[in-house]
Amino acid sequence: MRSPLGRAIGLGSAKEGVEHWWAQRVTAIALVPLSIWFVISVIGFVGADLETVQDWVSRPLPAILLVLLLIASFYHMSLGLQVVIEDYVHTELVKLGLVIVVRLFCFAVAVAGIFAVLSMALGTTS
Amino acid sequence: MRSADRPLSPHLQIYRWQLTSVLSILHRATGVALSAGAILLVWWLVAAASGPEAYEGVEDFLGSWLGLLLLFGWTASLFYHLCNGIRHLVWDTGHALDLKSTYTGGWVVVAATGVLTLVAWVAGISRWFS
Repeated sequence: MRSPLGRAIGLGSAKEGVEHWWAQRVTAIALVPLSIWFVISVIGFVGADLETVQDWVSRPLPAILLVLLLIASFYHMSLGLQVVIEDYVHTELVKLGLVIVVRLFCFAVAVAGIFAVLSMALGTTS
Repeated sequence: MRSADRPLSPHLQIYRWQLTSVLSILHRATGVALSAGAILLVWWLVAAASGPEAYEGVEDFLGSWLGLLLLFGWTASLFYHLCNGIRHLVWDTGHALDLKSTYTGGWVVVAATGVLTLVAWVAGISRWFS
């Protein structure tokens, strides 16, 4: 059905290539070990007090893994929510607006989380 | 053909429920639920960084019945999305795409989600009472 040129350029009605798909897979692969590690860690904190949690977050390995977890989760989340919006919202302007809002929101919340981890890790906690 | 005359697929409620389609929509639903969970995670981290008062607020919420229910739903959603996500990654390599494998894989995902959620909560509860 498609012309040889159209097939070679590879952009269908979505007007994009495989970047979205690819980024979703890469973040998914990263999240497999990261989320398992996080769940096991959190179970260890049942009943723990604030100092224990702060001490843990301020250790290098947990701090690094938490930042990686936040980056991978919120990137993966923004890609996933974008697809959900694109599938169910059919008014172009609303769709565009929601995708932008979700993108910005994910970015902002991720930065808040990363800042919280770093402030504990680098000892600027009040 | 004008776009309005194009044939459309039948409405969703015409189809009989089947494991594969239920698991498919569950993957999306748990993904959306996990988005809320991710915000909860950041709230927890920000509160921990902010000090005792803020942290007490998170602890009170998570310890409430609503909080515990959300945590349980979040755990089940995470394990489901994780297991079914791995199933998707296997499909991406071009394997296990035949009808029999999609059903076998689907039941494996359901069983694994149940077992992992149970193990996590038994571990958590036993830690609470230890």
